[in-house]
Amino acid sequence: MAEHVTGEGRIAATFAAAAAERRAALVIYLTTGWPSPEATLRLVPALEEAGADLVELGVPFSDPIADGPIIQRASYRALQQSVTPRRCVELVAQLRAGGVRLPLILMGYYNPILAWGVRECVGACREAGVDGLIVPDLPPEEAGELWGATRGHGLALVPLVAPNTPQARLARIAERARGFLYLVSRPGTTGLRDRLPEGLADYVARARRASRLPLALGFGISNPAQAREAARLADGIVIGSAIVERAAQGPDAVAGFVRELRAAVAREG
Amino acid sequence: MQPKPMLETRTLPDARGYFGAYGGRFVPETLIAPLDELAAAYAEAQADAGFRRELEHLLQTYAGRPTPLYLARRLTAHAGGARIYLKREDLAHTGAHKINNTLGQGLLARRMGKRRVIAETGAGQHGVATATVCALLGLECTVYMGTADMARQAPNVERMRLLGAEVRGVDGGSRTLKDAINEALRDWASTYEDTYYLLGSALGPHPYPLMVRDLQSCIGREARDQILAAEGRLPDVAIACVGGGSNAIGLFHVFRDDPVALVGVEAGGQGIDTGRHAARFADPHRGRPGVLHGTRSYLLQDEHGQVAETFSISAGLDYPAVGPEHAYLRELGRVRYTWVRDDEALAAFRLLARVEGIIPALESAHAVAEALKVAATMDAGSVVLVNLSGRGDKDLAHVSSLSKGVQREAADG
Repeated sequence: MAEHVTGEGRIAATFAAAAAERRAALVIYLTTGWPSPEATLRLVPALEEAGADLVELGVPFSDPIADGPIIQRASYRALQQSVTPRRCVELVAQLRAGGVRLPLILMGYYNPILAWGVRECVGACREAGVDGLIVPDLPPEEAGELWGATRGHGLALVPLVAPNTPQARLARIAERARGFLYLVSRPGTTGLRDRLPEGLADYVARARRASRLPLALGFGISNPAQAREAARLADGIVIGSAIVERAAQGPDAVAGFVRELRAAVAREG
Repeated sequence: MQPKPMLETRTLPDARGYFGAYGGRFVPETLIAPLDELAAAYAEAQADAGFRRELEHLLQTYAGRPTPLYLARRLTAHAGGARIYLKREDLAHTGAHKINNTLGQGLLARRMGKRRVIAETGAGQHGVATATVCALLGLECTVYMGTADMARQAPNVERMRLLGAEVRGVDGGSRTLKDAINEALRDWASTYEDTYYLLGSALGPHPYPLMVRDLQSCIGREARDQILAAEGRLPDVAIACVGGGSNAIGLFHVFRDDPVALVGVEAGGQGIDTGRHAARFADPHRGRPGVLHGTRSYLLQDEHGQVAETFSISAGLDYPAVGPEHAYLRELGRVRYTWVRDDEALAAFRLLARVEGIIPALESAHAVAEALKVAATMDAGSVVLVNLSGRGDKDLAHVSSLSKGVQREAADG
């Protein structure tokens, strides 16, 4: 992929490259600063090396209402080490300086962005080499200011849709989406689950009708078997809690797991 | 200055749940459809005379409404100025105004065909009022409560369990009310099909601030009629404590167009300068508009947008954000917001017990403390109305442990 492409373009190129290899893109979520800021600097290159296509860096927040216990705990510990939104953006700049080239998306709640200043925050993200943002508590009705700011900087603002999002609303969300559409696989929070939910194929088909963008499935995908199943349906799969749970074991353990996931998302035949 | 007529407040919130720049719906996408369903069901219920009749009937025969308006003569004499009236929400069933809201939303839950109700609670008053209504209506009930609050408010935990509710301790974050709300929202995001989230204050995503205001407005409507009957005139000042702000909005909403000064009292904790308080409007550094629990309002936060820890002697005021309509009323200048320290509230708590034989909730004691200050500056022909939002039995153990602590410190010293 062309090295100068950044932001929305880098995300699009990444999904296109995975599709050309006839596989789903592997999106990996990490809580920034967990177990330490230094660990984040070691983990992301290890993930890239192991075959992750895109990394979401969670920005710690005191009240993460969309997250289950694993990410809540990691977020809380990271906050205790003063991992502020500015620190997260600095870490991205350091990762870029260290040669990390895969798309990096910051995933964080809205209040820290508001407190920083929407324009200032997006400008700093752009500067550091962030390619997009995901804000789980910001539905499109409230996203006007952030939408304008990210658009101005060529960053993707990736919206989430849920299984209970009505079709007309899904179409409205898809119309403004950039980068990809994040399909929350099930009701509830992030976290480990025993199996994928029922009706996933219909749900993905519904999203296909509404959007030509790549579709990434996330929330609850916990192991290679589930990843394989989800990768048959979607253009990308997101693994979060299962990674965060292993992050404390160090880059090698996480990289090994990511290699298994990468093998799983390759479509047979 | 005479308050200007505020016709616009009658039509607010707007369709997106905004009061001016405050309110809205900042929630994960999964909760949008359940909130839409809730808003539609509430509008339909409100338009249904049968629903309103059943609620009214239960408010009278079950909750004990109307609650009395009481002229506190000895308290008035103590303050030495305006006549002080107390609106006795402490006499409502379960001992606080919370039952007004839980009866209304409980009936709505049943009407929507939900079999299970979840709620958050801080001091336990809303949890008890929710558990009570669930027992009354035959609904399953789960109450989320921070483990720090469970320790502080053990009798209310017992009460909820006796009423058949499951109390789930929340160990995350500061282990108080805000964390209980986080956990209730997480529960609801996966259970909304058969579960109703019964939010206890005038906060959260639209339509909660609207619904809770409507359901608590019986306080203001009754008080207005009662004071007109007793005094032949409106009060000069009406005062209420403000945590999330449900008892205050229930009072203020009714007087909004009247020439009545309105005063909201926040928890000053150990003083604004100490940083140990819950006064969102009073702290120029940390109290700024922000987003928490689905709504944009004034929020105590650090410079990075992390929600700040709060502090108050009263668990019911110990919350970092305030209902969005209060932020709007403050911006308009319609309500004056002030704060009262823990020690002042505690003194008012003891005084009211001693001179009137009424033990107020520590929350309500904040409003009483402010009333004493205000009344003292007014002449004997003036009238001050105080919303006594709850009774203080729940606080006895806490207050006596505080005074023991003081004695110990004195002995150590």
